[in-house]
Amino acid sequence: MASLNDYLLVSGLLFAIGLAGVVIRRNIIIVFMCLELMLSAANLSLIAFSRFNTLEGLPDYNGQMLVFMVIAVAAAEVAVGLAIIVALYRSRQTIHTDELTTLKG
Amino acid sequence: MPQYLFWFFATIMLIGGLAVVSFKNPVASAISVVTCFLGLAGLFIGLSAFFVGIIQILVYAGAVMVLFLFIIMLLDIRAEKARNLSWLATAGGVGLVAFFTIQLVGVLGEPLPNQQAPPLDPETMAAAAENFREDTRIAQSLGEGGLPDVHLIGHKLFTEYNLPLQILGVLLLVATVGVVVLSKRQPERES
Repeated sequence: MASLNDYLLVSGLLFAIGLAGVVIRRNIIIVFMCLELMLSAANLSLIAFSRFNTLEGLPDYNGQMLVFMVIAVAAAEVAVGLAIIVALYRSRQTIHTDELTTLKG
Repeated sequence: MPQYLFWFFATIMLIGGLAVVSFKNPVASAISVVTCFLGLAGLFIGLSAFFVGIIQILVYAGAVMVLFLFIIMLLDIRAEKARNLSWLATAGGVGLVAFFTIQLVGVLGEPLPNQQAPPLDPETMAAAAENFREDTRIAQSLGEGGLPDVHLIGHKLFTEYNLPLQILGVLLLVATVGVVVLSKRQPERES
């Protein structure tokens, strides 16, 4: 049986990979995918905590409810974010963050 | 879940994650995200969270990543050229990850309480069945020694979490309307 520490370590590593992607990559769609990876890493921690902390013999379903909400909100976020990216591409013809400097002083 | 299956799915997940960051081609990155989410769904199912594992595959690996692929192909994005990777950002990213990993190992170095997962064997399930009304499906399945994951989640969702569920529905409606408004072609747009 894998221990709680193993799950938290794997989840932390996935979060770190997502964070690195957000910092390193310049393609806004890939940055967006890495944000999804970070959300999923948090979900893995929540599910592990829910399984390792039983309430009356059953897994703690409050944690799984939170994961359910996170997945639903992430789906809505992806839809809105991709619509913004499409609108951005229409007006600027680029999705590289280096070339999007309108807000730079 | 046996130890080797845990490491198998964890490796798939982490390799998928690394591939997302390292591939130049956005389509290859999107496929790697799907791989990563499949490994993650395996871990969820190994943690007895069957419903969440299934919606991870259906919603994330299915719907969300198909949407990503659709947008990538719609915008016809080519693979990134090498000049777009700045050394400062790469060094910053790798440094941040190294710092984070060191901190992680430091925190997880000492074992947490509840190291072993509490068992979900038929005796525990039968004992848990006493908290539910006898004529319900949940009590029946628990009495037979199974874990009726979907029924338990549905029960919780529609009793304790009813208001958040409805707020979530409104949020999805607002997001749908927002996407329609955003992707409408503005008539006064120049160029």
